[in-house]
Formats: sequence, structure tokens, C-alpha cells
Amino acid sequence: MELIFEKSVPGRRAVRLPMSDVPRAGDLPDSLSRTEAPGLPEVSELEVVRHFTELSRRNFSVDTTFYPLGSCTMKYNPKALEEAVRPFARSHPLLPFLPSGERFVQGSLGLIHELTRLLAEITGMDEFSCQPLAGAHGEMAGMMMIAAYHRSRDDRRRYVVVPDSSHGTNPATAAMVGYEVVTVPTAPYGDMDLDAFRKAMNPEVAAVMMTCPNTLGLFNPHVAEICDIAHRNGALVYCDGANLNAVLGKVRPGDIGFDAIHVNLHKTFATPHGGGGPGSGPVGVKKHLAAFLPSPRVERRADGSYVIGEGGEESIGRLANFFGNFGILARAYAYITMLGREGLIEVSERAVLNANYVMARLKEWYDLPFAGPCMHECVFSASRQMKQEIHAIDIAKFLIDRGFHPPTVYFPLVVREALMIEPTETESRATLDSFIDAMIEAAKLAGTDPDSLRRAPRTTPVTRLDETRAAREIRVCHQGG
Amino acid sequence: MSRSGYSPHTPAEIREMLDVIGAGNIADLFATIPPGLGAGSFDLPEGMSEFEMLDRMEALAARDRRDMVSFIGGGCYEHLIPAVVDHLAGRAEFSTAYTPYQPECSQGTLQALYEYQTAICRLTGMEASNASLYDGGTALAEAALMALRITGRKKLVVDGSVNPFWRRIVRTYLASLDAELVEIAPAHGVLDRDAAFACLDDRVAGVMVQNPNFFGSIEDFSDLASAARRHGALLVSAVYPVSLGLVKSPGSMGADIALGDGQCLGNPAAFGGPSFGFMAVRKEHIRNLPGRIVGETVDREGKRGFVLTLQAREQHIRRQRATSNICSNQSLCALRGLVFLAALGKDGVAELAGLNRDKAEYAKGVLAAVRGVEVMNNAPTFNEFTLRLPMEADAAVERLLGKGMAAGMPLARHYAGMENCIVVTVTEKRSRRQIDRLAAALEEILWS
Repeated sequence: MELIFEKSVPGRRAVRLPMSDVPRAGDLPDSLSRTEAPGLPEVSELEVVRHFTELSRRNFSVDTTFYPLGSCTMKYNPKALEEAVRPFARSHPLLPFLPSGERFVQGSLGLIHELTRLLAEITGMDEFSCQPLAGAHGEMAGMMMIAAYHRSRDDRRRYVVVPDSSHGTNPATAAMVGYEVVTVPTAPYGDMDLDAFRKAMNPEVAAVMMTCPNTLGLFNPHVAEICDIAHRNGALVYCDGANLNAVLGKVRPGDIGFDAIHVNLHKTFATPHGGGGPGSGPVGVKKHLAAFLPSPRVERRADGSYVIGEGGEESIGRLANFFGNFGILARAYAYITMLGREGLIEVSERAVLNANYVMARLKEWYDLPFAGPCMHECVFSASRQMKQEIHAIDIAKFLIDRGFHPPTVYFPLVVREALMIEPTETESRATLDSFIDAMIEAAKLAGTDPDSLRRAPRTTPVTRLDETRAAREIRVCHQGG
Repeated sequence: MSRSGYSPHTPAEIREMLDVIGAGNIADLFATIPPGLGAGSFDLPEGMSEFEMLDRMEALAARDRRDMVSFIGGGCYEHLIPAVVDHLAGRAEFSTAYTPYQPECSQGTLQALYEYQTAICRLTGMEASNASLYDGGTALAEAALMALRITGRKKLVVDGSVNPFWRRIVRTYLASLDAELVEIAPAHGVLDRDAAFACLDDRVAGVMVQNPNFFGSIEDFSDLASAARRHGALLVSAVYPVSLGLVKSPGSMGADIALGDGQCLGNPAAFGGPSFGFMAVRKEHIRNLPGRIVGETVDREGKRGFVLTLQAREQHIRRQRATSNICSNQSLCALRGLVFLAALGKDGVAELAGLNRDKAEYAKGVLAAVRGVEVMNNAPTFNEFTLRLPMEADAAVERLLGKGMAAGMPLARHYAGMENCIVVTVTEKRSRRQIDRLAAALEEILWS
């Protein structure tokens, strides 16, 4: 399919701008002027519409296909959320920074404040900031607060401990905040190895970062003990809240002993993933970290009005242009409002039911490295199929031909040939059954006709793409028309 | 039955599924959670229908003053958004997909992001763009880290006329790292060149400027780029994409890294987000870019296709040695930016920039004609400029708010000695009548 730039014809134009009602200004001096107009496409409005409509048809998405991409929580995003955010489209984020300007944005400020209270109750934390713009940004806020906490106590610490099953963002975040990373292996039962963890702990460890439930979809029964060991060493414990959708109303990280958490609103609270974002990653903490939260903060006065708090000396400071991805905050607030207490509990119950159902029906066909009941996702290995020289990637591409987005493959890194399936609560048993049938068909074909898997996908606009070539002959910007 | 409406399970299906699993009831599925760890509380309101929820949202939004005539910008701008932007970027095939890890069933997102990268390169005059970052301020912080990484040095220089919120974000990002940040106090609304050249030495990793800057001034930084290069430092230039329809690009000034906020390209103000950050560099720096990058390649039959590329820079592969921890970016907002740029096209973008400058120059003229008011900028401006009032800016702005006008951003909280100054923003959305009304209202509060 042609690029929009290849469809460009000089002199063609889509949108017409309003006539000017003021005189034309004099030209900028030559030294400041652009000599040539930027080489943007010249196309009609219908060409723009056809182009992007055609592109959209080359995507799998939750609205068109089952999308069990493990760890990403690709659940249905209610359409009402899109409507909920529209009335706020014109609110300007600098208005509350003008003298007495806060009174003109009480709705937006109030929404942010109410959301922080709801998230605090859901996670068992004391305070929240909605400023972080994605999960990894929330992690960074959390780790910066932990670093600031230790600094405030004149306590120099060098290390952050993470399990080897962790999301890549955890060690990457620790490094961005200036820490050295210590990795603890996974024990045969699927949780962080407790003995290895004990050995890794010492008074130079600043923090432990854990996902709860973990990335293998398991709830670690020793999680409270791990928090306890960390605290006895003077370290704090950070919860990667990416998997909060498994335990709503069941456990709260704050009750367990975690000191800080981020919540991925685009996962647990059903906001659309947008082809890679925007997400939103509010960060929550216990009281002892509250002074370090990012600024500015939205505060509620005794008379019920909302004001901007600039945060004290100890705040880590500003982390984003304004108040976070407000449009995503508003959608998540709308979602929590609609589902309410019972609805949120149901989210986790049905998500866990669906994952266990998929696991039960597929476990005779695929190896399950860590058996036992799972939470909201299950991780298989294609190690059995490897004997026929079929890899997880071949199974993934075959599923595309059957009309399913593949599970997450090759993550977590601790599982060889991982296939990580997260069905979510919004899928019906019938959908799960047809996905399971396709997975079983793939397992059978691995024995009978492995080439048919290696040839997949055949139904997509392109067949398998040469990623090595893309990285070798770098072409990231179109040249010419 | 489902209480929320979004889970499809009937009680009979739940029973059958539990039987397949071999569990007695739903509670059995949570048996791995030790009994002592149960939620201490889960005190949330009851749920409601979407109709009741939407009423509540409308009631909340009604507490925002939605008809304020706005002359504030400061990183978030009110621009026209063509109808096609909502309609096309709003298509669920884009909005309900995720990061295109499986390229064959994500060619829509991947090709769109490749086109986005191309559009950003052409606008900025740079050679390689990533597929978006969070916002302008965090893009500046990532550029600072990138300069440290590329040069292996520990000192950064930033012009004090860069957006103060963005500078604050850079300080937040640097707080736990072994790096020094030198801020140069601005002179008459532009970079103090003597001071900037004086602090350039072989220890500097990068010099960060903004064009137009927070005061609205436009400058040519070609001399600074060459000086930085002589010392082995990088020139990092934040830019306002709409201005690039008229203003010389950072690429042609010799910048090494160009970045900015893309809200102005087809994204509503929405109380400050979601927006998107963009970043583009000279080719030699591509392996140091943070975030996703889409590259062109071929499939098994030689047909052109697109994939996420140079992933060995990223957190999911490189973990603690990644160029950044960023995972989710602001893809859908970047797509809005691309549709916006395609809908306006080559001439439209230049025309839009001209319209902004014309309106702002007109406003500058009528406001500076108010007795006692003077323009502070010592340089040409684009669609923002700084005024010095004959009274405290906070008091003036507060009184004008009472008349339904957000007249500008007072500078007292950001710059010592600028208690009487405001930055006024005038986009194409402001009419001559609104501008005249602002001038009249200002005249009135100053002199009657």
C-alpha cells in the first residue's frame, strides 16, 4: 500500500482554513525564516479518509478480534468512556495557575482528586499522584520517591533488587534513577527464589521491585514475608501494579506491606491502548513517602473546593507538563463510577476464571512450566513443539491466520518459548473455545504438518517481515515524494 | 448474571467452566492468596448505568468555565482541529490495538507511525524520529539524558527562557544522577549569548534551548550549534511544531536533537493531556534514541512492510542497559498529529503558521498601544509575546479573569523581577473582536 507521501500531488489540498480578519504581518527576517515549506503530503480530504481507513483495516484490535496479549490486559473498552471525556476537551491546564484561576476548573481538579481517593482505596495506599503518563513513568516516580526518601535520611544505598521474571521496565527504571540492579532467579515453583532473595538483601539495597501477581500469572504466597525481609534491611518495596486487574477487592498491595505502587489505568481500568499509548500510570504511596510525591498536587480544602498544592521541599518535583494524561484519568474515573464496588470485584473474578479455563483446556497440549492455579493470565511453553522445530513465533503467526491476535511470546524471559495468554474478563466462553481450538490445531500441526505453521501468516497484507534487514539497513524516514 | 455489563458469562457458563477447571466455586480460584492477606477494605460506591455516569461527568465538567476567552498557551494551545482527525484517529481499529509487536497484523499502526516519523523529520529538518514520547517536557528530559549518554560528560546547560515547567522536569529527572545543570538567566526575553558562550567548554554534554522560547521570541541558533559542535557538545532545540510552517527548522540551524510537544497538532487541550512528545535527531544519534522506532523492510515475497526496529535499545530487550525505561508512548495522539498534518498539507501548515503570526502581531500592536504597556521581547515573535504592564500582572490578570478573559500567563512565579510581565498567546482561534475586547478591558482596568 502506498504511503500518504506517495499519493501527494503538488497543489492539492484538503482542509481550508478560516479567512483572516487582521492585516498581514510583515515577514520574518530571512535569518529566521524557513526557505522551503515542509514536505508534507498534498492530498484531498477524501484521499486522507481513504488512506487512514485503509490503514485501520490492516490492524487487529480489541473491537475486531480476540487479543489475548499477555501482560497487556486487552479488554473491551466501553464506548461510554469516549463520551465521558468530551465535555472536558476545552479545559486549559494553566488556568489554575493564574491568580484565583482555580475556581474556573473545579470540575477537572475535582475529578483528579476524586480519582486519587478511589485509587487509594482500591490499592490500600494513603496518597496518589495522577501525574505519571504511563506505567513506566509511574515506576520512575515511585523509584525517585524511594531515592529521595533514603537521601532525606542520609542513607546512601546502591542497589535495587528485581526478580528475573520482572517487566523490562523495572530494571530500566532503577537504572534511570541511578541504581545498580541485582537480579534474583525464579524458583521451580514460579515465585522469586526466597533463599536467593535473602542472600541478595543487605543494608545497601534501596528497594525491591515486584509485580503482584507476578508476570507468570502467579500470586506469590510469600509476598508479605518478602516485604518484611526488605523492611528489616531498611529497603522499601515497590509494587509494579500492572496485574492489579487480577486481585480487585481480593487483596490490596498496601495491606500486604508494599510502600509504593503504580496502576496502569489503560489495563485495569479499561482505557483504550491506542496502538501503543497514551496510557496512564498514577503512583500511590504509604504515608511515609507522601511528602515526596510529585508536584503540583490537587488538594481539597475544608470547604470542598480544590486548589493546586505546589508540594514542599521534599517533593521530587514535576514529572510531566501538567496534571498527567487527563483524558485517560477521566475515562478511568468514568469506568470505576460505572462498575462500582461489585463490578470491579467481578472484573477480577471473571478474568481469573477465563485464564484458568484456558489453562485447563490447553495444558494437555502445551507444557506448563509452572503448574497450579493461575490468576488472570497463564504462561505456556512451546518447548514440546520445539522437538518438531516449531517455535512460539510459528504458533503466534498461525493464530493470526485463524483470526486471533497472538498471545505475548518470549516473555517472561524465564520461560523458554513462552506463550503468555491473558484472556480478560470481557471474553465469552465461546470466544475462548474457538481460540483454544486454534491453539490445539497448531499443536497438532506441529506434529503432522509443521511447514504449514512456518508458512504462516498467509491471510495478512504482508507475510513474515525481515526484522534483521530493518535493523541493518535502517530506513525510518521516507525519502522522496 | 453480570453486574457490570461487560462480562458476558451466564451462571450456567460459569458453572460449566468451573467444572472444566475442576474448581468448586470462584473463591477456589483465589486459594493461592494466603487467608491473612485479604483486602482490609474495599469501600467504593455502587455502580451505575452509562447514562447516569455521563450525567455525572457532564455535571463535573460544568464546574469548569468552558467559555473563557483564552490568551494562554505555555505548552498547551487552542488550535483548530479538522473533523477528519476525530473520525480517523477515533477508529477503533487504531484506538483499541496495542504496541505493534506482531507486525503482520499491525501494519496499519506501523505504517501510520512510519509516516508520522517522516512528517516529523520533514517539519523539523532532522533525519530520524522516534514513534513518540510522553510530552514535550519529558522529551526535553530524555534529550538531556541522551546528551549525557552520547558524550559521556556530566554537565548540561539550559537557557532560562525554556518553558519553566519543562526545566523543572529536567531537574526531576537529573536529581538522582551524577550530573550538573547550569541555567542561563535570559536577557530581554532571549538567550544571553555572552553567558551561553562563556559556559561552553569541553565538559558540556549539551545546550538546551527553545524556539520560540517561553517569552515567545524566535532566534537563530546556528551560531550556538557551531560553537557547541566545536566543544563536542550537542545542541538540543525544543520547537513548537505549528511555528515550523514559517520559522527556520532546528535541522537547518544545525541542532543535534529536536523535540517538542505535539498537542498543537490535532489534540484538544483536555486539561493538559493526553498530548505527545516528539524527538528527532541527526542520523548518527539514532541508536541512542529512547522509545519505539518503526523501520521499513520487506516480507518473504519482497513486499514492503514495516516493523518496530532497533529494539535492542529498549527496556524489554536490554533491561537496565536500555536507552530509556519508556514502554507505552502516546501513539494515538501521534496519529492525530499525522492526520492533522496530512489534512492541512504542505501549504496548509504554512498558511496556519502565517495566520497565527498575523493574529499575534495584530494583538501585539493593539495591546502595546494601551497606555503604559510595552512589549518586552527584544526579538521577533511567533504567536506568543511578553508584555510589561504598568501594574502587577497577577492583579491585572485576576481582574480580567472576572471579565471572562484569561489574558495571559503572569511571570512572577517563574522569573524574579518580572512581576509586571505576562506572556500573551494568540492562535488562529482568536478573532479580531476578541483581541480588541482584551485591549479595551486592559485599558479599562489600568486607567479607569
